[in-house]
Amino acid sequence: MKKPIEPTATRFRLNGQEAAAIAVPGQRLSEMLREGLGQRDVKIGCDAGDCGACTVLVEGKPFCACLTPAHQVAGLSVETLAGLRDQDPAAQALAQSFLDHGAAQCGICTPGMMVSAVALLRDVPEPNEAQVKDALGGVLCRCTGYRKIIDAVLGAPAVARDAVGSVGDAIRHLDGEAKLSGALQYADDVAPVGCLEILLIRSPYPRASFTFGNLENYAAENGLEGILTAEDVAGENTFGVIPGFEDQPVFAENEARFRGEAVAAVIGTPEVIARIAPEDFPVSWTELPAAQDIETAQGKTAAQLHDGRVNNVMCGGFVKCGDPEDALARAHVIVEGRFQSGFVEHAYIEPEAGFAQMVGDRVEVHACTQAPVMDLEGLERVLGLDRSRIRVVPTAVGGGFGSKLDMSVQPYLALGAIKTGKPVRICFTRIESMQCSTKRHPSDITLRIGADAKGKICGFDFRGSFDTGAYASWGPTVANRVPVHASGPYQVTDYVAQSKGIHTNNPPAGAFRGFGVPQSAIAQESLFDDLSELLGMDALDFRILNALENGVPTVCGQVFDQGVGIKACFDALRAEWKTERAKAEQLNAENTKVKRGVGVAGGWYGCGNTSLPNPATIKSGVRADGTLVLHQGAMDIGQGANTVITQIFATALGVSVDQIELVGADTDVTPDAGKTSASRQTFVSGNAARLSGTALREAVLRHMNVSPDARLAFAAGAIHATDDSGTHGLDLGALTPDADGFVLAASETYDPPTKPLDENGQGHPYAQFGYAAHLAVVEVDMTLGAITPIKFVAAHDVGQAINPMLVEGQVHGGIAQGLGMALMEEFIPGRTENLHDYLIPTIGDIPPIETIIIEEADAHGPFGAKGLGEHVLIPTAPALLNAIKQATGVRMTQVPAIPSRMLEAIQNETNACKKT
Amino acid sequence: MLPYLRPTHLGDALTVLQQSEPQIIAGGTDVYPAMPRGPRPEAFMDVTRIEGFSEITRTQDGLRFGAAVTWSDIVRADLPCAFDALKQAAKEVGSLQIQNAGTIAGNICNASPAADGVPPLLALNAEVELASLARGTRTVPLGDFITGVRKVDLLPDELVTAVSVPSPPEGMVSAFEKLGSRRYLVISITMTATNILLDANGRIERAHIAVGACSAVAQRLPELERDLIGTRPSEIAIEDRHLAPLSPIDDVRGSGSYRLDAAAEQIQRAISRAVLT
Repeated sequence: MKKPIEPTATRFRLNGQEAAAIAVPGQRLSEMLREGLGQRDVKIGCDAGDCGACTVLVEGKPFCACLTPAHQVAGLSVETLAGLRDQDPAAQALAQSFLDHGAAQCGICTPGMMVSAVALLRDVPEPNEAQVKDALGGVLCRCTGYRKIIDAVLGAPAVARDAVGSVGDAIRHLDGEAKLSGALQYADDVAPVGCLEILLIRSPYPRASFTFGNLENYAAENGLEGILTAEDVAGENTFGVIPGFEDQPVFAENEARFRGEAVAAVIGTPEVIARIAPEDFPVSWTELPAAQDIETAQGKTAAQLHDGRVNNVMCGGFVKCGDPEDALARAHVIVEGRFQSGFVEHAYIEPEAGFAQMVGDRVEVHACTQAPVMDLEGLERVLGLDRSRIRVVPTAVGGGFGSKLDMSVQPYLALGAIKTGKPVRICFTRIESMQCSTKRHPSDITLRIGADAKGKICGFDFRGSFDTGAYASWGPTVANRVPVHASGPYQVTDYVAQSKGIHTNNPPAGAFRGFGVPQSAIAQESLFDDLSELLGMDALDFRILNALENGVPTVCGQVFDQGVGIKACFDALRAEWKTERAKAEQLNAENTKVKRGVGVAGGWYGCGNTSLPNPATIKSGVRADGTLVLHQGAMDIGQGANTVITQIFATALGVSVDQIELVGADTDVTPDAGKTSASRQTFVSGNAARLSGTALREAVLRHMNVSPDARLAFAAGAIHATDDSGTHGLDLGALTPDADGFVLAASETYDPPTKPLDENGQGHPYAQFGYAAHLAVVEVDMTLGAITPIKFVAAHDVGQAINPMLVEGQVHGGIAQGLGMALMEEFIPGRTENLHDYLIPTIGDIPPIETIIIEEADAHGPFGAKGLGEHVLIPTAPALLNAIKQATGVRMTQVPAIPSRMLEAIQNETNACKKT
Repeated sequence: MLPYLRPTHLGDALTVLQQSEPQIIAGGTDVYPAMPRGPRPEAFMDVTRIEGFSEITRTQDGLRFGAAVTWSDIVRADLPCAFDALKQAAKEVGSLQIQNAGTIAGNICNASPAADGVPPLLALNAEVELASLARGTRTVPLGDFITGVRKVDLLPDELVTAVSVPSPPEGMVSAFEKLGSRRYLVISITMTATNILLDANGRIERAHIAVGACSAVAQRLPELERDLIGTRPSEIAIEDRHLAPLSPIDDVRGSGSYRLDAAAEQIQRAISRAVLT
């Protein structure tokens, strides 16, 4: 060798500047950039080249920084998002285009998307869609459904427009800029370099007893700062999200109940932790027989996972109205089926991570979360500390979809900071995240539905078992929600639905966009198609005939006299339903190898907690200097709460959004807006924001004695109000500030009106529902079983679109997740614990989506608005399955419909036809 | 000893291998995902800067792909039609990021049953060139070099220096078919590469058929190749015995019986597509 490289220093050009960093041999470029050079705009999602979030340009070409040896860039040029955003005009224009399309939702994939797109645009300034897909195919996004990203890179006309930001204005995300510059700090971006790290020791078995060896010796030999086990948990060694179901230990004691469950943690410097091989930790395991499916867990020989939960039944749910048995007995036609689905992984691109430190005698936890105050309460329980000694400061959240409602890293961070007295950090690897985070419940559903000769539903009997895994998490919520929703948005007078959650030795199943309703909708909407076929009715007409209406009771006996928009959703699909089916018939007449089908499905979803208190509080105020502050505690996990809540507040107050300074969630300074869950933020926190804006406006009007319709303007040290009598000024310096520094303030709470459900599930579970109907067009390769979605039309009744661009973003993202669930996603513990064996849709898998916004205003919603987040993916999977049935004649009853399963079903159908 | 070595001369690299067992690394696309948590290899040897390793050259007998030639290099190279399947496979290796980093020898040495690069190279009769200080160079047919799942015929002191492909007959065409459950970044359920030479009457004169992800090591199908001679591409009938070299397993991506069905279909499609171009 001529010139051996200096083993400790790598010199290269980073974003146009000379840079040098020490890299240990074989260190990943991503680690050197983030930890050695503070370049935390480079995000790490998988460390395996599966997600592309860490994409950087090396000599102008995109590479995964996580797979690139740091030493390999010696002497070369490396560019990251931050550098491109600062220096490259093309990147700056592209960033603007991303903002104009709402192409960054949570923003964690944005660096990878932007960097990859810049490389493309340098080569091909005006790419076509295929070129964009090829260039971005290596970057996964879980929020956007990719279509907005494609539009942004193609330079399609902007969707966002310049506006004051009133309700109804499609303004850009208010927090978008920091996502496009790479400046936004996510959960693994806040810890200082060199901070102590925590590594969890996890069970390699689905069920195993264990004993520890000599931990003190191990700690000393390895130079650890400390080891944590159940003994370090000063409070209760259990946590959970539903009162009475706090059953998950921070550290397992004696027995681990699922593969990946934590039993201990080691704490040390980054150098020490890097050398720790978890399998060397002094713990001896005895593998025990495990129940990993619903049937086994309910078998006679299955071990009981939790005392008092007989036969491993965690809990159940029940709704009944009318006389379903009698109705089915007199029905003209009856269909029945059994439908099954597996675990679905949330697969947000940001793994769980965070940082904690002691500040005086208080512990401060900075982590990604959907529910900061629930985290605080959970920590209070496990730490045995008064809540005044705990502060939870959420970081930006790189996707959540329900799983970041539960505590993950928080207890370990707090315990680590308390144990060592030093700052500590943790970041789950992708494998750890997939092993231990909550999942969508696997389901096993049997359903019978009858109809009378005219096509009206006549009897409905639903039984669903849900694998809730080793711990309860949100399982009770799934058990409760499913029977309430399993009818779909239809008039069903004779109905029974029973659900139960079953414990297994699987990872805990919890909240995932829809709380079990997407699973039940597959059964119900599939059988609706089968019923309409038996009746010789058009599938869309059949649904419209049975659709819920104002004044018609739901299966819970709840009667809405306004706001029921499902018929309008179905009606909006009618034109495309006709043209797409005609097109499919024509194509199918010409083609035997590929068959096209069109399917429809509907869905509904109740916004907020089911018959439980569900308040949100929003505080706002004006400082003496005239600054208008909104404490926006509704966690923005990419869905856009920061923008939507601000638009609602601004409209109520009568100002433009650019006058408002946002203060985010922080348990020390911002009131609890409640969890980002149950599609409740726009509805519930939106109402609190409306009330806060209205109250602040009233306070200003009162002080200034101006008319109610006065126009307000916030200026330096003063508020100006203009009404018919002229312009008036309020000198804010003359007012006395409160403890928060506000001279005028308004803190308002909203809690949606609901009524408890009785023993038959009758009551008022939700103050509002949102409604949706999807049309899907697919092509099925009849000899390979491969399914290609061609197009979606999605009609959503959102009451009032607060921001139409963000509505489209939710629709696209939900459809992508529904498509994944229908066609490719299945988490199998021990087998698909990474993002190359567990597949989520890529940019090449999502066809064009046409969004139709229906605005059937809701009396309880802020300005008429309804929730949307979870509604979207409920009709997607059944619409696809119905389209597949149309195309192939085959009813798929198990998802995902991977090519292998699809072809097997086609072959079985063909063989059955031959025999008859 | 230096912990991250980047030799520029083959001799230096082979000297290192004679004396030690560093982790050999090029694109890193398989090395990092396979690296367990805990102590790392003491030394790495990066082979990407060895002279000639990143070059595609014409030789007397055919084409020679340096060991560290990347999939993007192959996509960009000006190659005869017989290499279309290889180019199509190159575009299916992971993503653009992976294609920019991943190398031809790395794909082979990783010996995944689903390595996208292997079937088209088998269909091209590729050979693997190996070198060691002790024994000089040797050449092994690709089908013999990969001996099992994650197993190759490579001694500790040896380095893969190149993949060589004998000149295909003039007029040979080829195509690659890949099937996965999604569009990009997907491990193949099955894949097929075909190289076809037609005679003047449009009948198959020579056929090279290789199928991946249907056995521990991707396989050529000699019986099928023989039976195809003299048939028209539109009249191909694939029988069970033709697929005898395949032994697909059931896994999360698909069942074994499905894989056989899919491979048979892919072979037909790949041949049709090859002769169309």
